[in-house]
Amino acid sequence: MVRLGLVGSPNSGKTTLFNALTGLRARVGNYPGVTVERREGDAKIDGHALRVIDLPGTYSLSPLSPDEAVVSRVVNGEIPGVSPPDGLVVTVDACTIERSLALVAQALALGLPACVVVTMVDELHARGGELNLARLSSALGVPVVGVVGHRGVGLGELRRLLPHPEAWSRPPVPPPLAREDRRAWVESVLSAALVRRAGRSAVTEAIDRVVLHPLLGSLLFALVMVFFFQLIFAWATPAMDAIDAAIAALSSGARGVLPAGIVADFVADGVIAGVGSVIVFLPQILLLFTLLYFLEDVGYMARAAFVVDRLMGRIGLEGRAFVALLSSYACAVPGIMATRTIPSATQRLVTMLVAPLMTCSARLPVYALLIGAFVPAKQVLGPLGLQGLTLLGLYLLGALGAFAAAAILGRTLVKADAMPFYLELPPYRMPPAKLVLSQVWGAASRFLRRAGTIILAVSILLWVLLNFPRSEAPAGLDEARASAWAIEHSAGGRIGHALEPVLEPLGFDWKIGIGLVASLAAREVIVATLAQIYAATGDDDSSLREALANDRDPETGEKIYTPATVAALLVFFVFALQCMSTIATLARETNSWRWPAFAFLYLLLLAYGASFAAHRIVGALSA
Amino acid sequence: MPPYLRIGSEAVKTPPETTLDQLPVGESAAVAGVEASAEMAQRLEDLGFVPGTRVTVRRRAPLGDPRVYELRGSQLCLRDSEARAVKVARG
Repeated sequence: MVRLGLVGSPNSGKTTLFNALTGLRARVGNYPGVTVERREGDAKIDGHALRVIDLPGTYSLSPLSPDEAVVSRVVNGEIPGVSPPDGLVVTVDACTIERSLALVAQALALGLPACVVVTMVDELHARGGELNLARLSSALGVPVVGVVGHRGVGLGELRRLLPHPEAWSRPPVPPPLAREDRRAWVESVLSAALVRRAGRSAVTEAIDRVVLHPLLGSLLFALVMVFFFQLIFAWATPAMDAIDAAIAALSSGARGVLPAGIVADFVADGVIAGVGSVIVFLPQILLLFTLLYFLEDVGYMARAAFVVDRLMGRIGLEGRAFVALLSSYACAVPGIMATRTIPSATQRLVTMLVAPLMTCSARLPVYALLIGAFVPAKQVLGPLGLQGLTLLGLYLLGALGAFAAAAILGRTLVKADAMPFYLELPPYRMPPAKLVLSQVWGAASRFLRRAGTIILAVSILLWVLLNFPRSEAPAGLDEARASAWAIEHSAGGRIGHALEPVLEPLGFDWKIGIGLVASLAAREVIVATLAQIYAATGDDDSSLREALANDRDPETGEKIYTPATVAALLVFFVFALQCMSTIATLARETNSWRWPAFAFLYLLLLAYGASFAAHRIVGALSA
Repeated sequence: MPPYLRIGSEAVKTPPETTLDQLPVGESAAVAGVEASAEMAQRLEDLGFVPGTRVTVRRRAPLGDPRVYELRGSQLCLRDSEARAVKVARG
């Protein structure tokens, strides 16, 4: 089988070409030891089997980032188990050929058979430019094909060429590598082939007059971000509710079919609920990535990053981190996945590590329960109520924590790479729907296959912890009390008891301890777990609120939920990373367990410290 | 007064050198060189900041930094901290 490596700078039409050649049948994996995605696809041309390797977009083969390092390691055959390709296909955007020839020079200097695919030739002509492809080919010494990828122009010629890299013409002398000589080489190729350079794109200029206008551009940015937020926060909710309802129906359906007992419990509460906790993320992921990839491919995301870069720079991050952090307000899982658009590995890692601090929607049920039960609903400052202000304070605390953590992590722990900040503002282009959808599907299927399996395994494990060992509840208890008794005597209940000495300085008792263990599945699970422990019945929170408010220490007779304890618990939820889905996504996106372990521990320490401080301060104030 | 007319000396027509971040919006200049760490200098060159290349400052972000530069058929934005590494000759 002939293996071809696809090399090109970002926005050079590389992905469109990959899709056109392989027909969307990409296999996606990771290169060993790095977070860089590995994309390969097969094509059959005239009976020849071809494998196309889509290498990460790069401006240079002298790498500054892990992504770029992969390109140079693959083409040099330095990755164990990955043999070097039989030929290189270098994509070049016709409109930016003046810049792109430096990369072409580096690629040709490798000595592998190579051909150059010039994309966007239609756009070049529309902008008044002219490039002589025949002369480009003779100046470079390799085959050159001009294509318009999404319209299929030039693909026939390319298909005839690709299966035979051994027959491609080779430059008599490879392009020079020394910088000065390479510049001269680039200039000589340009003078031979570039008849007229492209003028500015009138459409792009007109749009940018609004999009990059200091005032209008900022307003548009705010609007787009509100739209993003709405999309995953509110508009994904009906689909998520529908999935929840379907899972609940499936679960009770299983109970109807299976004989009551341990197997029915396992299938209904362990497996079906576990699968549900995976696919409930799909609406958010699909919506977020459709919008994200569309705006990226259209050319807006680079402009949005440009508009907001200065603000993000203050906390040591860059403009492209904004969308990831904003999305994390809905859920850290799509937020962390959205960091893929950040080219610097350092910036990406720091953004992923702080994303869980943004107040996600899973914290809301917990906040609602505790604020509803313990914060008096009185008016302060005119129309503002104390309950609303408390909620706002929790949001702000999370955001401040994220900013502080980003500033600190960026300077200390994570070793900075040498990547300078730069953004290319590509011309606006309407991406083919297929291109956007194939990327969206890629993101969703990766989540299902990689993070989904971990989430399912952990949710089953937690179910086992909270249901085993089984012991017979004393006779005479009603159903709710028997269930409370069972959870207290489960392994999870014992862990809750065992944690009590550690949690005591925060004012938490063993019941909260069990809740915290269960909330590792997802934060909001603590509400259902507390309801089970307190044998609360009824559909709304009111009986649970009452039970919490009236709970007293059996020895001292004092209330468990003092203002200090409530404050400590709220603050704990602001900081702690109690979410296996986030942990699984971090593991998959960083391709290691080191960073999720680090994130879990630093957020746990932060949560414990801040919670302890809150307990002391509120305790002193309310004494 | 044009910058090359200096009091007490004859008019010298060598255009003054400055750094890219100092160039006002709307003006263009020719790249004279890049002074930065080896990696950054190389990356700026990969992006097209090669001596002799004409660069035009197109826009600035709402908060002043970064700015958009047009060179070699593409629009690139750099922060002032990076643009400072690019020496340019006006005129």
